[in-house]
Amino acid sequence: MAAVEQAFPPGDYDAVVVGSGPGGLQTSYCLRALGVRHAVLSRDDCPGGMFRRFPIFQRLITWTKPDAPVERSSREYEWYDHNSLLADEPELKALVPTLMDRAFDLPSRAEMEGGIASFAEKAKLEVRYECEWESTRVEDDGRLVLVTTDGEYRARAVVFALGVTEPWRADVPGLEHAAHYVDTRDPARYEDRDVFVVGKRNSGFEVAQGILPWARSITLGSPRPVQTETLALSALRMRYLHPYDEYARGGPGTYVIDVTIERIERDGQRFRIFTRGTTWDGQLEFDVDDVIAATGFRTPVRDLPDLGLVTVADGRIPALTPFWESVSLPGAYFAGNASQGARGLGKRGAGASSSAVNGFRYNARVLAQHLAEQLNGHEPPREPVDDVVSFLLRELSVAPELWVQKGYLCRVVSSAEGGYVDDGVQPVAHFLDAGGPDAFGATVEVDRDGTILPTLYVRRRGEIREHQLAPHPLHDYQGDGYRHQVAGIVA
Amino acid sequence: MTIADTLGQLALFADLSGAQLEAIAHTHDEDVFAAGERVLRKGLSGGNFYVILDGEAAVELNGQHLAKLGRGDFFGEVSALTGDTPTADVVAVTILRCLVIPGPQLERLLLDRPQLALRLLRMEVRRLRATLEWQP
Repeated sequence: MAAVEQAFPPGDYDAVVVGSGPGGLQTSYCLRALGVRHAVLSRDDCPGGMFRRFPIFQRLITWTKPDAPVERSSREYEWYDHNSLLADEPELKALVPTLMDRAFDLPSRAEMEGGIASFAEKAKLEVRYECEWESTRVEDDGRLVLVTTDGEYRARAVVFALGVTEPWRADVPGLEHAAHYVDTRDPARYEDRDVFVVGKRNSGFEVAQGILPWARSITLGSPRPVQTETLALSALRMRYLHPYDEYARGGPGTYVIDVTIERIERDGQRFRIFTRGTTWDGQLEFDVDDVIAATGFRTPVRDLPDLGLVTVADGRIPALTPFWESVSLPGAYFAGNASQGARGLGKRGAGASSSAVNGFRYNARVLAQHLAEQLNGHEPPREPVDDVVSFLLRELSVAPELWVQKGYLCRVVSSAEGGYVDDGVQPVAHFLDAGGPDAFGATVEVDRDGTILPTLYVRRRGEIREHQLAPHPLHDYQGDGYRHQVAGIVA
Repeated sequence: MTIADTLGQLALFADLSGAQLEAIAHTHDEDVFAAGERVLRKGLSGGNFYVILDGEAAVELNGQHLAKLGRGDFFGEVSALTGDTPTADVVAVTILRCLVIPGPQLERLLLDRPQLALRLLRMEVRRLRATLEWQP
């Protein structure tokens, strides 16, 4: 019997994308639109990536508002829908809201998975499924070679879109005895048990909230204090604040403590945990039935560190340049959740939203354009901009790229041949450091009190100047006062 | 080696306990820059305080090399504490690994850990003295 012909046989490509989750599919969609010859490989047998399994407690933390004051097919709607992938064709846009039952304005895991699968199907995105990347080498000419279960793929650029999905345990003696977050699917198994959760970030609080109706007592412990003032305004608040709220109000049986965990010992069927305060002086010991390691995940980078890949966050995330290329392994790019390895300017400590679909879908589009230029010399079209002031103010008011990727992405208008042209969306760090013709970069930043500030960077004769516009209660920067100010800056 | 272990070897953090170092390491992010990348930008607001965990950086003004920084050195403290914009650039010379502490959090950390504030002050005074022509 003849084998069914699969997409993307082994061989040479301009680029290879590894992964069939939202990051990989968004990158492939954008590369295809730009005519970049590439292969897409996935060890899975269908699209969806992490959303086929996570989050364990089945509810996302990023909003999609099925009804909004703008059309679903509009670019502005992307700001109301943080979970759909991006497309040019109206029939491929905003697929997640069409699948939601509206129990929440946060989709369920199944609705999200359905949205991704629907995108892959409707966009006719080809993927070579059940093809697993096994090892890597670098050729003498600098090209990367991926050795897979189906053969070898050679390319000048490889985009790894593998998520941050490999369970990771902090280096705590005895933590190897603990269950990991990924093993906690059935909350009923914690009925009438004392549980210690190691970790106080997303997965720690998600588990805690999931087992609140079951456990006898829950203690969450890690060195870092919970940052309530930040969390109260974050998309995580539903899960974070529920267990934390019980603790803060003195509710019995739920504790959220700042400790370093010195060791965990088995004591028959139970565990003994030895801790020391980080924000307070002293030691505490706990005897519990269960320990759950909610210390997070890592990007499955396989043998890339052997080739020189440098990582951050205790080896969990690749360290990346503003265009999401490894800082140390040329040609290795990252899309999807791992694109958080590029922190951007981090002004006032603010980070990009690259660990969620809402942010990394834009990263993927900017990356695809960057690769099209690098690999094929494909210059983007640069439409003339006649009214620079109106253009910049409109972008600052409604551009979803700038509002989601605050301080990371900017809209650039450059001078050219006596006028101005639209230079598209670029990483702010690139705009500030790359040099080039006189230009304006519009971005949305946040000040130290959390106030949203539209910001314009002006490049003149290679020098950068920064101009912050005043905040507006409705975030509408298109009124006369703003026009007057920006006209002065642009002149 | 964990970030807390590395911090424990740096003069700035020499007075802090292991648990206190772990709290700092877990509360603040590390960032890694490619050789040639700018870390601190002259004239731009919102800069952070950086402690070099590994690698080398250069202080530059209008392309002129002013100083070299290495493991254990720190930069960005003046703008992080005063809110003024930096008066020079800091550029990674090698792959550069830093602990990053945003200004408002640096303030809180120094108030919580006066030993750290004292160390920082001493090191700052030495820097200042080294830049002055007059010697006692």
